[in-house]
Amino acid sequence: MLKQVEGSIGVAEAIGLCRPDVVCAYPITPQTHIVEGLADMVRKGKIASNCQYINVESEFAALSVCIGSSATGVRSYTATSSQGLLFMAEAVYNASGMRLPIVMTIGNRAIGGPINIWNDQSDSMSMRDAGWIQIHAESNQEAGDLHIQAFKIAEQLSIPVMVCVDGFLLTHAYEQIESSTQEQVDEFLPPFKPMQALDCANPMSMGAMVGPEAFMEVRALNIAHFNNAIEPIQKISEEFETIFGRKAGGLYEHYNSEDAETVVVALGSVNGTLKDIIDEYKQDNVSIGSFKIGCYRPFPAKQIAEQLKHAKRVVVVEKDIFAGVGGCLANDITIALKDTDIKVYSVIGGLGGRPIFKKSLMKILDRAMKDELEELSFVDLDHSLVDREITREDLFMTKAV
Amino acid sequence: MSVDLKPGFSQTGNLTAGNRLQSIDIVSVQSTEDRANALTSGHRACQGCGEALGARMAIDKVMELSRNKVHVVNATGCLEVFTTPFPETSWNVPWLHSLFGNAPAVATGVQAALKAKGMQDVTVIAQGGDGSTVDIGFGCLSGMFERNDDVLYICYDNEAYMNTGVQRSGATPPTARTATTPLSGPHPGNNFGQGKNVPKIAMAHGIGYVATATIANVRDLEAKVTKAMSMKGARYLHIHVPCPLGWGSLPKDTIKLARLAVESGLYPLFEGEHGVITGVTKIRKKVPVDEYLKLQRRFTHLFKKGADAQDLAGVQAIADAHIKYYGLLDDGDK
Ligand SMILES: Cc1ncc(C[n+]2csc(CCOP(=O)(O)OP(=O)(O)O)c2C)c(N)n1
Ligand code: SF4
Ligand SMILES: [Mg+2]
Repeated sequence: MLKQVEGSIGVAEAIGLCRPDVVCAYPITPQTHIVEGLADMVRKGKIASNCQYINVESEFAALSVCIGSSATGVRSYTATSSQGLLFMAEAVYNASGMRLPIVMTIGNRAIGGPINIWNDQSDSMSMRDAGWIQIHAESNQEAGDLHIQAFKIAEQLSIPVMVCVDGFLLTHAYEQIESSTQEQVDEFLPPFKPMQALDCANPMSMGAMVGPEAFMEVRALNIAHFNNAIEPIQKISEEFETIFGRKAGGLYEHYNSEDAETVVVALGSVNGTLKDIIDEYKQDNVSIGSFKIGCYRPFPAKQIAEQLKHAKRVVVVEKDIFAGVGGCLANDITIALKDTDIKVYSVIGGLGGRPIFKKSLMKILDRAMKDELEELSFVDLDHSLVDREITREDLFMTKAV
Repeated sequence: MSVDLKPGFSQTGNLTAGNRLQSIDIVSVQSTEDRANALTSGHRACQGCGEALGARMAIDKVMELSRNKVHVVNATGCLEVFTTPFPETSWNVPWLHSLFGNAPAVATGVQAALKAKGMQDVTVIAQGGDGSTVDIGFGCLSGMFERNDDVLYICYDNEAYMNTGVQRSGATPPTARTATTPLSGPHPGNNFGQGKNVPKIAMAHGIGYVATATIANVRDLEAKVTKAMSMKGARYLHIHVPCPLGWGSLPKDTIKLARLAVESGLYPLFEGEHGVITGVTKIRKKVPVDEYLKLQRRFTHLFKKGADAQDLAGVQAIADAHIKYYGLLDDGDK
């Protein structure tokens, strides 16, 4: 059935169909509408399980509640954004270290300071190596569909999953989506059978300390299991297509990029803009395509290198920048392509909610195609302002000394 | 071969553990042969560890009352570390450790999961040291109280962060020497603050049951566990557990110190329901705080030449204030 709903509500309804047993979250923009939607569904008895919705005093508590419930063997869900994700950081690592298959939505938002509520992806990026699988949604349709897949991925592998959904651009946007039926979801997603759980009949100690005599092995095993998730993630997206009749998720998606000279790589909703851009270039017969990465962690480096091997250059467009690394995705792609001569350009845009306009991006791509682009560039950054301030601050610092 | 029959295991009055002469209906679980042994031997606690004793007493009673249907969530700290040295465990119960500051929230999650599964006959315990309870996990604890989640929280109070090497916590008493309140400056040891009385703060939440207990009085401790277990919702039990390593006391003095803390008035025993105090344990024979303090190296500076008499007087004033506030002496003794 097609319907016009807000992205967050679409996500909430998809989660509801997954019969979560425990939903526990703390409000933060732009995640709020998702958990408000779920709170309402639980109150109205619209979730076909004995679902417990718990209001807590912080994100740290929210994920901790999910750690407790997941360790007791029930399907557990939380959601957050930005500062909230940082506030739960200690528990984020704990959940993956204990291999608890919790599903968490990240309504992607900038991290402060300065405080900023708008979209970029630095929040989920800040936890990219925390041992959680990270999958990114391009559209509201995919946002809902990925959650249905996320529970299956998490529970099959006993690894927690973050579903990254661009804040506002998706969470607050009204789009037409095809909703799923309970029958479809039940056919696709089996009841949760925990790998391990608290059980009076079989008492065990979970989360106990491990010393130097075994910690390396525990870590190595954890990483091996994590890296082995790549194939199942792809397979689960294919199973999804069989049952639901539409594509969603998986490792990557080409858009005119299978044999293009220039390939633009991106995560999340900006792929929509990119597809429009590629369509325009196509009319002029320019050899350019876009390549969406659906699964960011584990990073399918081999598969991506194979898919991009024909390219002359790759332009990575992303909404995050970190001191020391620069753009995280560009960094990953550079490493993935290290044995090739493919030139990688890193383009940072959309930080703190600045819109990424087609025109601005095309200007950058035009320069990239002539190999005139800097290795690192920004979409619509006011360079003159930044340069002026740097000079002024230099002066100020000299005086202050 | 003759056995030394002068054990440290004395039968003072009928309040101590192991009094097998009592009639079966008032005998403590600790002195029964079929006690659950929730915390088995072989753990790595120091000799004379009050925390190990407190945990065994409390959880054994919980095991008995729940017919072994218990899930225990443990915060990081000595109790967690010494009971689960890799690859062993001393716990005979389903047991979960997550972090230092989140045990109450994890327990809420365990309880929610049991509810979702329709298994409400399982008792959920969260437990931790004073550091995790009064400091880093306090936000989660208050949230758990406020929601009135069906969790019995037990704090084992040894008055410092012992697991990390005896640093000050919000429950460290004034003047006590810890690694971060050293014996230097004009007022050595911990400063006189307002204190953070979590039993009273728990009372202020209006939760169903709050009690303080001591390992020096097993049957009182067990009675309080029993009372707590007869109720649903959030409940709080605070157990005073001397720590030979952190306090600089002799292992054989652990129970004695626990008793002196009560008899001096420094550690008042009380219980309350829904924010109202319903009972206090009177002091049988009041002792000056000196008797308690002198057995612990963390306080010896109070008795050295040149010590500021104000410091010792300040500690005595705390005990006197407790005695007055809780009415710990029979009227004639006041
Ligand atoms: C977030 C965090 N901060 C600090 C620590 C280090 N730490 C572990 S146990 C502990 C002290 C525990 O004190 P308490 O709760 O009183 O328990 P005790 O060891 O005294 O029984 C500290 C500071 C930690 N594990 N996690
Ligand atoms: S340091 Fe104290 S609390 Fe920790 S095991 Fe030793 S006696 Fe027990
Ligand atoms: Mg302590």
